[in-house]
Amino acid sequence: MPLLVPQLPTGSHYGMLAEFATPADLYHACERVRDEGFTRWDAHSPFPVHGLDKAMGLRRSPLPWIVLVMGLTGAALGFALQWWVHAKAYPLVISGKPYVSWPAYIPVTFEVGVLFGALGAVFGMLGLNRLPMHYHPLFRSKVFERVTDDAFFISIESWDPRFDASATRKLLESLGARSVELLES
Amino acid sequence: MIPEHDRVALRPEQATIPPGHPWNRIPVIAAVFALLGAVACAILGAGNPKQFFFSWLVSFMFFLSLALGGLFFVLIQYAVQGGWGIVLRRIGETIFATIPVMAALFLPVVLGLHDLFEWAHPGAADHDALLRWKEPYLNVSFFLIRAALYFVIWSFMAILYYRGSRGQDVTGDPGVSARLRRLAGPAIIVLALTQTFASIDWIMSLTPHWYSTIFGVYFFSGSFVGFIALLSVVVVAMRRAGLLETVITAEHLHDIGKLLFAFTAFWAYIGFSQFFLMWYANLPEETVWYKARIEGSWMQVSLLLIAGHFVVPFFYLMGRAVKRKGTTLALGGAWLLIMHFVDLYWQIMPTLHPEGLRPSALDVAAFVAIGGCFVGAASWLMRRQALVPLRDPRLAESLAFENV
Repeated sequence: MPLLVPQLPTGSHYGMLAEFATPADLYHACERVRDEGFTRWDAHSPFPVHGLDKAMGLRRSPLPWIVLVMGLTGAALGFALQWWVHAKAYPLVISGKPYVSWPAYIPVTFEVGVLFGALGAVFGMLGLNRLPMHYHPLFRSKVFERVTDDAFFISIESWDPRFDASATRKLLESLGARSVELLES
Repeated sequence: MIPEHDRVALRPEQATIPPGHPWNRIPVIAAVFALLGAVACAILGAGNPKQFFFSWLVSFMFFLSLALGGLFFVLIQYAVQGGWGIVLRRIGETIFATIPVMAALFLPVVLGLHDLFEWAHPGAADHDALLRWKEPYLNVSFFLIRAALYFVIWSFMAILYYRGSRGQDVTGDPGVSARLRRLAGPAIIVLALTQTFASIDWIMSLTPHWYSTIFGVYFFSGSFVGFIALLSVVVVAMRRAGLLETVITAEHLHDIGKLLFAFTAFWAYIGFSQFFLMWYANLPEETVWYKARIEGSWMQVSLLLIAGHFVVPFFYLMGRAVKRKGTTLALGGAWLLIMHFVDLYWQIMPTLHPEGLRPSALDVAAFVAIGGCFVGAASWLMRRQALVPLRDPRLAESLAFENV
Protein backbone atom coordinates (compact mmCIF):
# COMPACT_ATOMS: atom_id res chain seq x y z
CA MET A 1 0.00 0.00 0.00
CA PRO A 2 1.58 3.24 -1.11
CA LEU A 3 2.17 5.96 1.44
CA LEU A 4 0.50 9.35 1.03
CA VAL A 5 -2.62 7.73 -0.39
CA PRO A 6 -5.58 7.85 1.97
CA GLN A 7 -6.51 4.41 3.16
CA LEU A 8 -10.27 4.38 3.28
CA PRO A 9 -12.94 1.71 3.41
CA THR A 10 -14.10 0.62 -0.04
CA GLY A 11 -17.81 0.09 0.60
CA SER A 12 -20.60 2.61 0.41
CA HIS A 13 -20.23 3.51 4.07
CA TYR A 14 -17.14 4.95 5.70
CA GLY A 15 -18.11 3.90 9.18
CA MET A 16 -19.66 4.91 12.47
CA LEU A 17 -18.95 8.16 14.31
CA ALA A 18 -19.82 8.55 17.98
CA GLU A 19 -19.63 11.78 19.94
CA PHE A 20 -18.71 11.91 23.63
CA ALA A 21 -19.13 14.78 26.08
CA THR A 22 -16.00 14.50 28.18
CA PRO A 23 -12.44 13.17 27.87
CA ALA A 24 -13.25 10.65 30.62
CA ASP A 25 -16.17 9.25 28.59
CA LEU A 26 -13.93 9.04 25.56
CA TYR A 27 -11.20 7.32 27.56
CA HIS A 28 -13.50 4.64 28.98
CA ALA A 29 -15.26 4.15 25.64
CA CYS A 30 -11.87 3.60 24.00
CA GLU A 31 -11.02 0.92 26.54
CA ARG A 32 -14.22 -0.93 25.69
CA VAL A 33 -13.79 -0.59 21.92
CA ARG A 34 -10.23 -1.87 22.32
CA ASP A 35 -11.42 -4.82 24.41
CA GLU A 36 -14.13 -5.64 21.87
CA GLY A 37 -11.29 -6.34 19.45
CA PHE A 38 -11.79 -3.56 16.89
CA THR A 39 -8.70 -2.79 14.82
CA ARG A 40 -9.68 -0.13 12.27
CA TRP A 41 -10.83 2.74 14.39
CA ASP A 42 -9.60 6.01 15.86
CA ALA A 43 -10.26 8.51 18.64
CA HIS A 44 -10.45 12.27 18.04
CA SER A 45 -9.98 14.97 20.65
CA PRO A 46 -9.34 18.74 20.67
CA PHE A 47 -6.33 18.20 22.96
CA PRO A 48 -4.07 15.31 23.99
CA VAL A 49 -5.80 13.06 26.52
CA HIS A 50 -3.30 11.57 28.93
CA GLY A 51 -3.00 7.81 28.58
CA LEU A 52 -5.38 7.57 25.62
CA ASP A 53 -2.81 5.61 23.64
CA LYS A 54 -2.97 2.90 26.30
CA ALA A 55 -6.76 3.01 26.44
CA MET A 56 -6.80 2.54 22.66
CA GLY A 57 -4.22 -0.25 22.85
CA LEU A 58 -1.97 1.49 20.34
CA ARG A 59 1.39 -0.06 19.59
CA ARG A 60 4.43 2.20 19.87
CA SER A 61 5.20 4.16 16.74
CA PRO A 62 8.00 2.88 14.51
CA LEU A 63 9.06 6.51 14.00
CA PRO A 64 12.17 6.32 16.28
CA TRP A 65 13.61 3.62 14.02
CA ILE A 66 13.07 5.78 10.95
CA VAL A 67 14.85 8.66 12.72
CA LEU A 68 17.72 6.39 13.79
CA VAL A 69 18.26 4.99 10.30
CA MET A 70 17.97 8.42 8.70
CA GLY A 71 20.31 9.97 11.28
CA LEU A 72 22.98 7.33 10.75
CA THR A 73 22.57 7.54 6.99
CA GLY A 74 22.95 11.32 7.13
CA ALA A 75 26.05 11.09 9.31
CA ALA A 76 27.61 8.54 6.95
CA LEU A 77 26.77 10.65 3.90
CA GLY A 78 28.12 13.80 5.54
CA PHE A 79 31.35 12.05 6.40
CA ALA A 80 31.64 10.44 2.97
CA LEU A 81 31.08 13.75 1.21
CA GLN A 82 33.92 15.43 3.08
CA TRP A 83 36.21 12.46 2.63
CA TRP A 84 35.52 12.42 -1.09
CA VAL A 85 36.05 16.16 -1.46
CA HIS A 86 39.26 16.30 0.60
CA ALA A 87 40.87 13.02 -0.34
CA LYS A 88 39.64 12.33 -3.89
CA ALA A 89 38.05 15.18 -5.79
CA TYR A 90 40.11 18.14 -4.66
CA PRO A 91 43.05 17.19 -2.44
CA LEU A 92 44.45 20.30 -0.80
CA VAL A 93 46.90 20.63 2.07
CA ILE A 94 45.22 22.66 4.80
CA SER A 95 47.35 23.88 7.72
CA GLY A 96 49.80 21.08 7.11
CA LYS A 97 47.38 18.34 8.04
CA PRO A 98 46.83 15.04 6.18
CA TYR A 99 44.13 14.99 3.49
CA VAL A 100 41.93 12.74 5.59
CA SER A 101 41.91 14.69 8.86
CA TRP A 102 38.79 13.14 10.23
CA PRO A 103 38.42 15.28 13.38
CA ALA A 104 37.74 18.20 11.05
CA TYR A 105 34.85 16.25 9.53
CA ILE A 106 33.04 15.69 12.83
CA PRO A 107 31.00 18.94 13.05
CA VAL A 108 29.57 18.55 9.54
CA THR A 109 29.04 14.82 10.06
CA PHE A 110 27.11 15.61 13.23
CA GLU A 111 25.07 18.37 11.60
CA VAL A 112 24.11 16.33 8.53
CA GLY A 113 23.19 13.47 10.85
CA VAL A 114 20.91 15.79 12.81
CA LEU A 115 19.45 17.23 9.59
CA PHE A 116 18.61 13.81 8.16
CA GLY A 117 17.25 12.68 11.51
CA ALA A 118 14.98 15.72 11.69
CA LEU A 119 13.81 15.27 8.11
CA GLY A 120 13.18 11.60 8.88
CA ALA A 121 11.10 12.60 11.89
CA VAL A 122 8.97 15.13 10.02
CA PHE A 123 8.38 13.20 6.80
CA GLY A 124 8.27 9.88 8.60
CA MET A 125 5.50 11.25 10.83
CA LEU A 126 3.61 12.59 7.80
CA GLY A 127 4.03 9.30 5.93
CA LEU A 128 2.96 7.12 8.84
CA ASN A 129 -0.10 9.32 9.33
CA ARG A 130 -0.78 9.34 5.55
CA LEU A 131 -0.65 13.10 5.50
CA PRO A 132 -1.25 15.42 3.79
CA MET A 133 -4.78 14.21 3.19
CA HIS A 134 -7.03 16.86 1.72
CA TYR A 135 -10.31 15.07 2.11
CA HIS A 136 -11.70 12.64 4.62
CA PRO A 137 -15.22 11.21 4.90
CA LEU A 138 -15.36 12.32 8.54
CA PHE A 139 -15.68 15.87 7.29
CA ARG A 140 -19.16 15.01 6.04
CA SER A 141 -20.36 15.01 9.63
CA LYS A 142 -21.74 18.28 10.93
CA VAL A 143 -21.05 17.50 14.60
CA PHE A 144 -17.46 16.54 13.77
CA GLU A 145 -16.69 20.23 13.22
CA ARG A 146 -16.52 20.56 16.99
CA VAL A 147 -13.57 18.15 17.22
CA THR A 148 -11.26 21.14 17.37
CA ASP A 149 -13.42 22.81 19.98
CA ASP A 150 -15.21 20.89 22.74
CA ALA A 151 -16.29 17.46 21.55
CA PHE A 152 -14.69 14.01 21.63
CA PHE A 153 -15.19 11.30 19.02
CA ILE A 154 -14.61 7.67 18.22
CA SER A 155 -14.80 6.59 14.60
CA ILE A 156 -14.99 2.91 13.66
CA GLU A 157 -14.36 2.16 9.99
CA SER A 158 -16.73 -0.11 8.11
CA TRP A 159 -14.04 -2.51 6.90
CA ASP A 160 -13.17 -3.50 10.46
CA PRO A 161 -13.88 -7.25 10.59
CA ARG A 162 -15.97 -6.72 13.71
CA PHE A 163 -17.99 -3.87 12.19
CA ASP A 164 -21.73 -4.40 12.01
CA ALA A 165 -23.95 -1.38 11.37
CA SER A 166 -26.55 -2.10 14.07
CA ALA A 167 -24.38 -3.91 16.66
CA THR A 168 -21.64 -1.27 16.51
CA ARG A 169 -24.21 1.49 16.87
CA LYS A 170 -25.63 -0.26 19.95
CA LEU A 171 -22.18 -0.69 21.44
CA LEU A 172 -21.29 2.98 21.02
CA GLU A 173 -24.64 4.09 22.44
CA SER A 174 -24.16 1.81 25.44
CA LEU A 175 -20.80 3.48 26.06
CA GLY A 176 -22.52 6.81 26.66
CA ALA A 177 -22.21 8.39 23.22
CA ARG A 178 -24.10 11.66 22.89
CA SER A 179 -24.81 10.93 19.26
CA VAL A 180 -23.95 8.14 16.83
CA GLU A 181 -24.11 8.50 13.04
CA LEU A 182 -23.35 6.31 10.06
CA LEU A 183 -21.16 8.14 7.55
CA GLU A 184 -21.12 7.62 3.79
CA SER A 185 -17.86 7.13 1.94
CA MET B 1 -13.78 17.04 42.72
CA ILE B 2 -10.18 16.51 43.76
CA PRO B 3 -8.17 15.09 40.86
CA GLU B 4 -7.01 11.57 41.59
CA HIS B 5 -3.31 12.38 41.72
CA ASP B 6 -3.80 15.01 44.43
CA ARG B 7 -5.23 12.49 46.84
CA VAL B 8 -2.13 10.31 46.82
CA ALA B 9 -0.24 10.73 50.05
CA LEU B 10 2.84 9.01 51.31
CA ARG B 11 3.04 7.70 54.82
CA PRO B 12 6.45 8.30 56.47
CA GLU B 13 6.99 4.59 57.01
CA GLN B 14 6.72 4.03 53.24
CA ALA B 15 9.69 6.31 52.74
CA THR B 16 12.15 5.48 55.49
CA ILE B 17 14.65 2.71 56.01
CA PRO B 18 12.89 0.36 58.45
CA PRO B 19 14.71 -0.72 61.63
CA GLY B 20 16.69 -3.88 61.09
CA HIS B 21 17.01 -3.27 57.33
CA PRO B 22 20.47 -4.18 55.97
CA TRP B 23 20.94 -0.61 54.71
CA ASN B 24 21.22 0.53 58.32
CA ARG B 25 24.59 -1.17 58.44
CA ILE B 26 26.07 0.70 55.46
CA PRO B 27 27.48 3.64 57.48
CA VAL B 28 29.47 1.30 59.72
CA ILE B 29 30.73 -0.78 56.79
CA ALA B 30 31.68 2.39 54.92
CA ALA B 31 33.50 3.73 57.99
CA VAL B 32 35.52 0.51 58.22
CA PHE B 33 36.45 0.86 54.54
CA ALA B 34 37.36 4.52 55.05
CA LEU B 35 39.63 3.54 57.92
CA LEU B 36 41.27 0.71 55.96
CA GLY B 37 41.77 3.07 53.03
CA ALA B 38 43.29 5.71 55.27
CA VAL B 39 45.68 3.19 56.86
CA ALA B 40 46.67 1.90 53.41
CA CYS B 41 47.25 5.48 52.26
CA ALA B 42 49.46 6.14 55.28
CA ILE B 43 51.52 2.97 54.82
CA LEU B 44 51.88 3.12 51.05
CA GLY B 45 51.98 6.90 50.85
CA ALA B 46 54.91 7.23 53.28
CA GLY B 47 57.20 5.71 50.67
CA ASN B 48 55.72 7.56 47.70
CA PRO B 49 54.12 10.82 48.78
CA LYS B 50 53.94 12.24 45.25
CA GLN B 51 51.89 9.27 44.03
CA PHE B 52 49.72 9.51 47.12
CA PHE B 53 48.86 13.16 46.54
CA PHE B 54 47.96 12.58 42.89
CA SER B 55 45.89 9.49 43.70
CA TRP B 56 44.16 11.42 46.44
CA LEU B 57 43.43 14.34 44.12
CA VAL B 58 41.82 12.04 41.51
CA SER B 59 39.49 10.37 44.00
CA PHE B 60 38.82 13.63 45.78
CA MET B 61 37.75 15.30 42.54
CA PHE B 62 35.67 12.23 41.66
CA PHE B 63 33.57 12.25 44.82
CA LEU B 64 33.46 16.04 45.00
CA SER B 65 32.17 16.19 41.43
CA LEU B 66 29.38 13.76 42.33
CA ALA B 67 28.35 15.96 45.25
CA LEU B 68 28.46 19.12 43.10
CA GLY B 69 26.47 17.36 40.38
CA GLY B 70 23.88 16.52 43.02
CA LEU B 71 23.73 20.14 44.12
CA PHE B 72 23.12 21.24 40.54
CA PHE B 73 20.46 18.56 40.06
CA VAL B 74 18.49 19.83 43.07
CA LEU B 75 19.00 23.53 42.27
CA ILE B 76 17.83 23.16 38.68
CA GLN B 77 14.69 21.34 39.83
CA TYR B 78 13.86 24.14 42.21
CA ALA B 79 14.63 26.78 39.60
CA VAL B 80 12.35 25.31 36.94
CA GLN B 81 9.76 24.11 39.49
CA GLY B 82 10.18 20.56 38.24
CA GLY B 83 7.57 18.11 39.39
CA TRP B 84 8.67 14.70 38.19
CA GLY B 85 11.87 14.48 40.17
CA ILE B 86 10.61 15.35 43.65
CA VAL B 87 10.81 11.69 44.71
CA LEU B 88 14.48 11.68 43.68
CA ARG B 89 15.38 14.99 45.28
CA ARG B 90 16.17 13.72 48.76
CA ILE B 91 18.76 11.33 47.33
CA GLY B 92 20.43 14.28 45.62
CA GLU B 93 20.20 16.31 48.83
CA THR B 94 21.80 13.52 50.82
CA ILE B 95 24.64 13.30 48.31
CA PHE B 96 25.42 17.01 48.24
CA ALA B 97 25.13 17.18 52.01
CA THR B 98 28.52 15.41 52.03
CA ILE B 99 30.22 18.61 50.81
CA PRO B 100 31.34 19.69 54.32
CA VAL B 101 32.96 16.25 54.68
CA MET B 102 34.68 16.75 51.33
CA ALA B 103 36.04 20.07 52.63
CA ALA B 104 37.85 18.18 55.38
CA LEU B 105 39.17 15.66 52.85
CA PHE B 106 40.73 18.55 50.90
CA LEU B 107 43.41 18.83 53.59
CA PRO B 108 45.82 16.32 51.95
CA VAL B 109 45.65 18.39 48.75
CA VAL B 110 46.73 21.45 50.73
CA LEU B 111 49.55 19.47 52.32
CA GLY B 112 50.63 18.18 48.92
CA LEU B 113 50.48 21.52 47.16
CA HIS B 114 54.16 21.51 46.33
CA ASP B 115 54.11 17.95 45.06
CA LEU B 116 51.01 18.47 42.95
CA PHE B 117 51.43 21.89 41.42
CA GLU B 118 54.52 23.00 39.57
CA TRP B 119 53.58 26.64 40.02
CA ALA B 120 53.61 26.23 43.80
CA HIS B 121 57.33 25.40 43.90
CA PRO B 122 59.20 28.20 45.63
CA GLY B 123 60.91 30.23 42.97
CA ALA B 124 59.13 28.48 40.09
CA ALA B 125 58.10 31.81 38.65
CA ASP B 126 61.64 33.23 38.73
CA HIS B 127 62.74 31.40 35.59
CA ASP B 128 59.41 31.14 33.87
CA ALA B 129 57.91 34.18 32.17
CA LEU B 130 54.46 32.60 31.84
CA LEU B 131 54.28 31.59 35.48
CA ARG B 132 55.42 35.07 36.45
CA TRP B 133 52.62 36.48 34.32
CA LYS B 134 50.11 34.17 36.02
CA GLU B 135 51.50 34.68 39.52
CA PRO B 136 48.86 37.21 40.67
CA TYR B 137 46.35 34.34 40.33
CA LEU B 138 48.47 31.21 40.72
CA ASN B 139 50.13 31.77 44.08
CA VAL B 140 49.82 29.70 47.22
CA SER B 141 48.02 32.17 49.46
CA PHE B 142 45.41 33.21 46.90
CA PHE B 143 44.92 29.53 45.98
CA LEU B 144 44.16 28.69 49.61
CA ILE B 145 41.84 31.68 50.01
CA ARG B 146 39.90 30.61 46.92
CA ALA B 147 39.69 26.99 48.08
CA ALA B 148 38.34 28.14 51.44
CA LEU B 149 35.86 30.38 49.67
CA TYR B 150 34.60 27.55 47.42
CA PHE B 151 34.02 25.26 50.37
CA VAL B 152 32.34 27.95 52.45
CA ILE B 153 29.99 28.80 49.57
CA TRP B 154 29.23 25.17 48.66
CA SER B 155 28.74 24.14 52.29
CA PHE B 156 26.48 27.12 52.87
CA MET B 157 24.32 26.24 49.84
CA ALA B 158 24.33 22.54 50.74
CA ILE B 159 23.25 23.18 54.33
CA LEU B 160 20.70 25.80 53.28
CA TYR B 161 18.98 23.45 50.84
CA TYR B 162 19.35 20.35 52.95
CA ARG B 163 18.01 21.98 56.11
CA GLY B 164 15.20 23.71 54.21
CA SER B 165 13.99 20.47 52.70
CA ARG B 166 14.34 18.48 55.94
CA GLY B 167 12.55 21.24 57.84
CA GLN B 168 9.64 21.07 55.40
CA ASP B 169 9.20 17.40 56.29
CA VAL B 170 8.25 18.59 59.77
CA THR B 171 6.42 21.85 59.16
CA GLY B 172 4.86 21.12 55.77
CA ASP B 173 5.27 24.81 54.97
CA PRO B 174 4.96 25.31 51.18
CA GLY B 175 6.71 28.67 51.67
CA VAL B 176 9.99 26.76 52.00
CA SER B 177 9.69 25.58 48.39
CA ALA B 178 8.93 29.11 47.21
CA ARG B 179 11.89 30.59 49.11
CA LEU B 180 14.35 27.95 47.89
CA ARG B 181 13.05 28.40 44.35
CA ARG B 182 13.73 32.14 44.45
CA LEU B 183 17.27 31.47 45.66
CA ALA B 184 17.92 28.70 43.13
CA GLY B 185 18.59 30.98 40.14
CA PRO B 186 21.33 33.02 41.80
CA ALA B 187 22.64 29.85 43.47
CA ILE B 188 23.11 28.16 40.07
CA ILE B 189 25.15 31.14 38.85
CA VAL B 190 27.32 31.06 41.98
CA LEU B 191 27.74 27.30 41.67
CA ALA B 192 28.70 27.57 38.00
CA LEU B 193 31.34 30.20 38.75
CA THR B 194 32.84 28.51 41.81
CA GLN B 195 32.86 25.11 40.11
CA THR B 196 34.59 26.62 37.06
CA PHE B 197 37.31 28.27 39.11
CA ALA B 198 37.72 25.21 41.32
CA SER B 199 38.30 23.03 38.25
CA ILE B 200 40.80 25.58 36.94
CA ASP B 201 42.63 25.63 40.27
CA TRP B 202 42.66 21.93 41.04
CA ILE B 203 42.92 20.27 37.64
CA MET B 204 43.83 22.76 34.92
CA SER B 205 46.65 24.39 36.90
CA LEU B 206 48.42 21.00 37.08
CA THR B 207 49.66 22.03 33.63
CA PRO B 208 50.22 25.68 34.48
CA HIS B 209 51.28 26.80 31.02
CA TRP B 210 48.13 25.41 29.49
CA TYR B 211 44.71 26.97 29.45
CA SER B 212 41.29 26.11 28.08
CA THR B 213 38.38 28.50 28.29
CA ILE B 214 35.85 25.66 28.17
CA PHE B 215 37.45 23.66 30.97
CA GLY B 216 34.90 24.62 33.61
CA VAL B 217 32.05 23.45 31.40
CA TYR B 218 33.91 20.23 30.68
CA PHE B 219 34.27 19.58 34.40
CA PHE B 220 30.61 20.42 34.97
CA SER B 221 29.43 18.10 32.20
CA GLY B 222 31.43 15.22 33.66
CA SER B 223 30.22 15.93 37.17
CA PHE B 224 26.59 15.92 36.11
CA VAL B 225 26.95 12.68 34.12
CA GLY B 226 28.65 11.22 37.19
CA PHE B 227 25.88 12.29 39.52
CA ILE B 228 23.06 11.03 37.30
CA ALA B 229 24.93 7.75 36.86
CA LEU B 230 25.27 7.47 40.64
CA LEU B 231 21.60 8.36 41.06
CA SER B 232 20.54 5.58 38.71
CA VAL B 233 22.66 3.05 40.59
CA VAL B 234 21.42 4.20 44.02
CA VAL B 235 17.77 4.23 42.97
CA VAL B 236 17.92 0.75 41.49
CA ALA B 237 19.84 -0.57 44.49
CA MET B 238 17.20 0.94 46.77
CA ARG B 239 14.38 -0.70 44.88
CA ARG B 240 16.23 -4.01 44.98
CA ALA B 241 16.55 -3.59 48.75
CA GLY B 242 12.81 -3.03 49.02
CA LEU B 243 13.04 0.74 49.60
CA LEU B 244 10.77 3.17 47.72
CA GLU B 245 9.65 0.28 45.49
CA THR B 246 6.22 1.75 44.91
CA VAL B 247 7.36 5.37 45.07
CA ILE B 248 10.01 5.41 42.34
CA THR B 249 8.52 3.87 39.21
CA ALA B 250 9.70 2.96 35.73
CA GLU B 251 8.61 6.47 34.73
CA HIS B 252 11.20 8.04 37.03
CA LEU B 253 13.84 5.57 35.87
CA HIS B 254 13.01 6.52 32.30
CA ASP B 255 13.65 10.19 33.02
CA ILE B 256 16.91 9.45 34.86
CA GLY B 257 17.93 7.49 31.77
CA LYS B 258 17.03 10.39 29.49
CA LEU B 259 19.18 12.77 31.54
CA LEU B 260 22.02 10.26 31.52
CA PHE B 261 21.74 9.88 27.74
CA ALA B 262 21.52 13.64 27.14
CA PHE B 263 24.45 14.57 29.35
CA THR B 264 26.61 11.78 27.98
CA ALA B 265 26.13 13.45 24.60
CA PHE B 266 26.72 16.87 26.21
CA TRP B 267 29.98 15.68 27.75
CA ALA B 268 31.16 14.44 24.36
CA TYR B 269 30.09 17.69 22.71
CA ILE B 270 32.06 19.80 25.20
CA GLY B 271 35.03 17.44 25.27
CA PHE B 272 35.23 17.42 21.49
CA SER B 273 34.81 21.22 21.32
CA GLN B 274 37.82 21.61 23.58
CA PHE B 275 39.90 19.15 21.59
CA PHE B 276 38.79 20.28 18.16
CA LEU B 277 39.81 23.94 18.39
CA MET B 278 43.18 23.07 19.85
CA TRP B 279 43.85 20.33 17.33
CA TYR B 280 42.81 22.58 14.45
CA ALA B 281 44.80 25.66 15.44
CA ASN B 282 47.78 23.49 16.47
CA LEU B 283 49.32 26.12 18.74
CA PRO B 284 52.01 24.70 21.03
CA GLU B 285 50.71 26.34 24.21
CA GLU B 286 47.33 24.69 23.64
CA THR B 287 48.29 21.31 22.23
CA VAL B 288 50.73 20.54 25.05
CA TRP B 289 47.90 19.11 27.17
CA TYR B 290 46.67 16.79 24.44
CA LYS B 291 50.18 15.86 23.39
CA ALA B 292 50.67 14.32 26.82
CA ARG B 293 47.45 12.34 26.33
CA ILE B 294 48.06 10.95 22.85
CA GLU B 295 51.53 9.65 23.63
CA GLY B 296 52.28 6.18 24.97
CA SER B 297 49.61 4.27 26.78
CA TRP B 298 47.65 7.46 27.56
CA MET B 299 46.45 7.26 23.95
CA GLN B 300 44.70 4.00 24.81
CA VAL B 301 42.98 5.73 27.72
CA SER B 302 41.93 8.56 25.40
CA LEU B 303 40.41 6.05 22.99
CA LEU B 304 38.73 4.24 25.88
CA LEU B 305 37.10 7.54 26.88
CA ILE B 306 35.80 8.20 23.37
CA ALA B 307 34.35 4.71 23.12
CA GLY B 308 33.37 4.12 26.74
CA HIS B 309 32.24 7.56 27.84
CA PHE B 310 30.42 8.38 24.63
CA VAL B 311 29.94 5.95 21.72
CA VAL B 312 28.91 2.82 23.65
CA PRO B 313 26.66 4.49 26.28
CA PHE B 314 25.18 6.77 23.61
CA PHE B 315 23.81 3.86 21.61
CA TYR B 316 23.16 1.74 24.70
CA LEU B 317 20.98 4.39 26.35
CA MET B 318 19.22 5.42 23.14
CA GLY B 319 16.41 2.87 23.35
CA ARG B 320 13.34 3.23 25.51
CA ALA B 321 13.26 -0.22 27.11
CA VAL B 322 16.83 0.04 28.43
CA LYS B 323 15.99 3.18 30.38
CA ARG B 324 12.78 1.83 31.88
CA LYS B 325 14.25 -1.35 33.37
CA GLY B 326 16.21 -1.07 36.59
CA THR B 327 18.85 -3.64 35.73
CA THR B 328 19.74 -2.22 32.33
CA LEU B 329 19.65 1.39 33.51
CA ALA B 330 21.85 0.69 36.53
CA LEU B 331 24.27 -1.19 34.30
CA GLY B 332 24.63 1.90 32.11
CA GLY B 333 24.92 4.08 35.21
CA ALA B 334 27.61 1.92 36.81
CA TRP B 335 29.56 1.87 33.56
CA LEU B 336 29.41 5.67 33.20
CA LEU B 337 30.44 6.09 36.83
CA ILE B 338 33.59 4.09 36.08
CA MET B 339 34.14 6.15 32.92
CA HIS B 340 33.75 9.37 34.88
CA PHE B 341 36.55 8.19 37.16
CA VAL B 342 38.67 7.29 34.13
CA ASP B 343 37.99 10.76 32.73
CA LEU B 344 39.30 12.49 35.87
CA TYR B 345 42.23 10.05 36.08
CA TRP B 346 43.07 10.91 32.48
CA GLN B 347 42.89 14.63 33.24
CA ILE B 348 45.10 14.50 36.34
CA MET B 349 47.54 11.58 36.18
CA PRO B 350 49.54 12.37 33.00
CA THR B 351 51.09 15.23 34.98
CA LEU B 352 52.65 12.70 37.35
CA HIS B 353 53.30 9.95 34.81
CA PRO B 354 53.94 11.57 31.40
CA GLU B 355 55.56 8.31 30.29
CA GLY B 356 52.28 6.42 30.32
CA LEU B 357 49.54 4.86 32.40
CA ARG B 358 50.96 3.70 35.75
CA PRO B 359 48.17 2.35 37.96
CA SER B 360 49.09 2.30 41.62
CA ALA B 361 47.81 0.62 44.78
CA LEU B 362 47.51 4.15 46.15
CA ASP B 363 44.82 4.86 43.55
CA VAL B 364 42.73 2.14 45.16
CA ALA B 365 43.64 3.15 48.71
CA ALA B 366 42.70 6.80 48.17
CA PHE B 367 39.49 5.80 46.40
CA VAL B 368 38.46 3.53 49.27
CA ALA B 369 39.38 6.10 51.91
CA ILE B 370 37.47 8.99 50.32
CA GLY B 371 34.68 6.77 49.01
CA GLY B 372 34.21 5.31 52.47
CA CYS B 373 33.79 8.78 53.95
CA PHE B 374 31.45 9.84 51.13
CA VAL B 375 29.23 6.76 51.26
CA GLY B 376 29.37 6.69 55.04
CA ALA B 377 28.24 10.29 55.42
CA ALA B 378 25.48 9.97 52.82
CA SER B 379 24.12 6.66 54.15
CA TRP B 380 24.30 7.94 57.73
CA LEU B 381 22.07 10.85 56.73
CA MET B 382 19.72 8.48 54.90
CA ARG B 383 19.05 6.57 58.12
CA ARG B 384 17.98 9.71 59.92
CA GLN B 385 15.42 11.03 57.47
CA ALA B 386 12.67 10.18 55.02
CA LEU B 387 14.02 9.12 51.63
CA VAL B 388 11.70 11.54 49.82
CA PRO B 389 10.63 15.08 50.76
CA LEU B 390 7.41 13.97 52.40
CA ARG B 391 5.55 17.25 52.44
CA ASP B 392 6.79 18.99 49.32
CA PRO B 393 3.78 20.55 47.57
CA ARG B 394 4.69 18.72 44.35
CA LEU B 395 5.16 15.28 45.84
CA ALA B 396 1.76 14.05 44.66
CA GLU B 397 2.57 15.23 41.13
CA SER B 398 5.87 13.38 41.23
CA LEU B 399 4.27 10.18 42.57
CA ALA B 400 1.71 10.19 39.78
CA PHE B 401 4.25 11.13 37.10
CA GLU B 402 3.95 9.41 33.74
CA ASN B 403 5.88 9.98 30.55
CA VAL B 404 3.60 10.89 27.70
